[in-house]
Amino acid sequence: MIKIRDLSVDLGQFLLQDVNLDIEEGEYFVVLGPTGAGKTVLLEAIAGLYPIKSGRIWLDGEEITGLGPERRGIGFAYQDYVLFPHLSVRDNIGFGLRQRGRPRGEIRARVDELAELIGISHLLGRRPGTLSGGESQKVVLARALATRPKVLLLDEPLSAMDPLTREELQRELRGIHERFRMTTVHVTHDFEEAIAMGDRIAVLGGGRVVQVGTAEEVFRRPNSEFVARFSLAQNIFRVNVEEGQNGLGVISLGDTRISTSSERRGGLHASLRPEDILISTEPLHSSALNSLPGTLNEVSDRGSTVYLTVSVPPDFVCLITRRSFEEMELRQGMQVFITFKASAVHIF
Amino acid sequence: MRAVAVRYLSVSPLKLVFGLLGLAILAFIGFPLVKMVLSSSPAALWRTLLEPEVKDSILLTLYCALLTTLTGAFLGVPLAYLLARHEFPGKRVIEGLVDIPVVVPHSAAGIALLFVFGRKFFLGGLFHALGIDFVGEVAGIVIAMLFVSTPFLVNAAKEGFRSVDVRLENVARTLGASPWQTFFRVSLPLSWRSILSGSVMMWARGISEFGAVLILTYHPMVAPILVFERFESYGLEYTRPVAVLLILICLVAFVALRAASGWGGRK
Repeated sequence: MIKIRDLSVDLGQFLLQDVNLDIEEGEYFVVLGPTGAGKTVLLEAIAGLYPIKSGRIWLDGEEITGLGPERRGIGFAYQDYVLFPHLSVRDNIGFGLRQRGRPRGEIRARVDELAELIGISHLLGRRPGTLSGGESQKVVLARALATRPKVLLLDEPLSAMDPLTREELQRELRGIHERFRMTTVHVTHDFEEAIAMGDRIAVLGGGRVVQVGTAEEVFRRPNSEFVARFSLAQNIFRVNVEEGQNGLGVISLGDTRISTSSERRGGLHASLRPEDILISTEPLHSSALNSLPGTLNEVSDRGSTVYLTVSVPPDFVCLITRRSFEEMELRQGMQVFITFKASAVHIF
Repeated sequence: MRAVAVRYLSVSPLKLVFGLLGLAILAFIGFPLVKMVLSSSPAALWRTLLEPEVKDSILLTLYCALLTTLTGAFLGVPLAYLLARHEFPGKRVIEGLVDIPVVVPHSAAGIALLFVFGRKFFLGGLFHALGIDFVGEVAGIVIAMLFVSTPFLVNAAKEGFRSVDVRLENVARTLGASPWQTFFRVSLPLSWRSILSGSVMMWARGISEFGAVLILTYHPMVAPILVFERFESYGLEYTRPVAVLLILICLVAFVALRAASGWGGRK
C-alpha cells in the first residue's frame, strides 16, 4: 500500500534518514518516537507537505514522490485540532469535497452521513472556536474522511486530551478504522497508545527507524537499548551471555547470576520488564528459574500501580498493583524476593 | 469580582508615572488637532468646502490615495505572502528595502522617483511611449504616494499571513486545494483584517503625503500642497479651514475603516 524507500528529510538540526517502510493495505500503523524525533515531518513528507532530500514513496503501486499534496489522495489530521476558524463545522467537513467541485447536494449528504457516524450532527452549525478538544478532533477526523482518502495520516491525534476523552477517541478511531478499513498511519510519543492502537509499530529514534514490528514484538523483544528504554523495560543491563545448563544462557551481574532462554551468546544487552517480576516476602516455589533475594530500596506510587526498586544488587525495578503492595505490607528496607522466568529475560 | 475591582482601582507608582508620561504625549498629539478644529466655525468650513479649488483638491487627494492603495494591495499583498511564508536568499535585504521609504526624506524620495519616471529617463521614457506621463500628472501623485506608503500595507499583510497557522494551509492542500485555492480560501480570508488595517494605514499615509508629491506633481494640487500654497500666499487665517477640513475628512474615514476592519471579532 505505502512503500517508502531510502527516504531522507533535512530537519535543520538533524537528518531523518534512510527510512524504509512497507505499510499494508487496511493496516493501522503507528509511528512511535520521542518528541523531536521527526515523526510529524515524516508524515508531512508522506503527504507531500515537507520537501524530502532523497528517497521515493509509492502509494498503491503508483509513485507519488513528485506529486503535490492535493493529488496524493491522503487525508491528514494534525494534533491541536487544526480547523479552519472562518468556516462552520459543516463547511470544514465539506471543504475537500468543495475543492473537488462536487455538487452541493452530494456534499451535504456526505457531511450529514459522516457527522452522524462520528456523532457530531449536533455540531454542524457551530464554529470551531466553540468546540471542546474532543469535539474538535472528531470534526478533524470527519473532514479528513470526507474525501475518502486512500490513506489517513494522524499526527498525535490524542495527545492534547484528558484521559477520559482520549479513551473515548481511541475507541472512536478503532471503530472508524474497522468500518472503513482505511490504511492509517498514526504518530505518537505515547508507548501505551501505540500498543493499544497499532497493528504494527515503527519506532523512530536518532533520525532513523530503529525497529518495526507488531506491538508484541516491540514490547517484548526490543532490538536496541533505545527501544528497550522507550518501551519502559526499565531493567536494562549490558551483559555477557554464556552457555549454561540445558541450553540456557547465563548472565553474570556482579555476584548475581540469572538465566535466560535466549539462544544468543556474547557481549550483548539484556532487558527485563518490571511487570514480569514477581515480588514476595518469602522465597516462591515456582517453575521460574530466577529467584533472588534483595532489599526493597525505593517505592514510587503511581496510583493504581506501584514501582518498587529492589537492590539485589544490581537494582531491579518491579511493578505491582497497589492492592498487592498493601496486602503484602511492603515497606522500604524490607528483605524481599524477586522471581522471574528465564524467558522474560530478553537478549539483544 | 472584588479582587478585580481592587486591581483596577489601585494606583501603583509605576502606573501613575507611566500614565502621566502617556498623557503628555497624548496631549502633544491631540491638543493642536483639537485646537485647530475648534478654531474654525462650521459656516467657514462649509464655505471653504464649496470652493471649487478646495473641493477638487480634496477629491483628487482621496481618489489618488485610493488608487495608490489598490495598486499597493495588488502588488504588495503577494510580496507580503512570500515574505511571511518562505525563506529564500536575500529575504532580509528585501525586507529592508520594503522599510526604506519610511526612513528616506520624502522630498529626496520624490527626486529619486523623478530620476526614474521623468520623461528623460529610461522607465519614464518607456511609459511616455505608452502614453503615460508622471511629472505634473495624476500618475505622478500615485507613484509618489505609493513609494512612501507601501511599507504600511506590506508589513501589516506580512504579519497577518504570519499569524495564520501554516498547518491550515497544509490541511487545505491535502484536502485537494491547489496553492491558488489555498491562498484565496484559507490564507486570505484569515488575514483580511490585517490587510484591511494595512490598507487603511496606506491610504491615510497617501493622503498626508506632501514632499514626494511636491517634486513630481505640484499641479493638479493635492490637499496638503493646497494647504502649503495658501499658507505661503495668504497666511494662517486663510489656510486654516482647508487644513481643518483635511484633518476632519481623514479622521472620519480613518475611524470608519478601522472600525470596519475590527468587525467580526477576533480571528
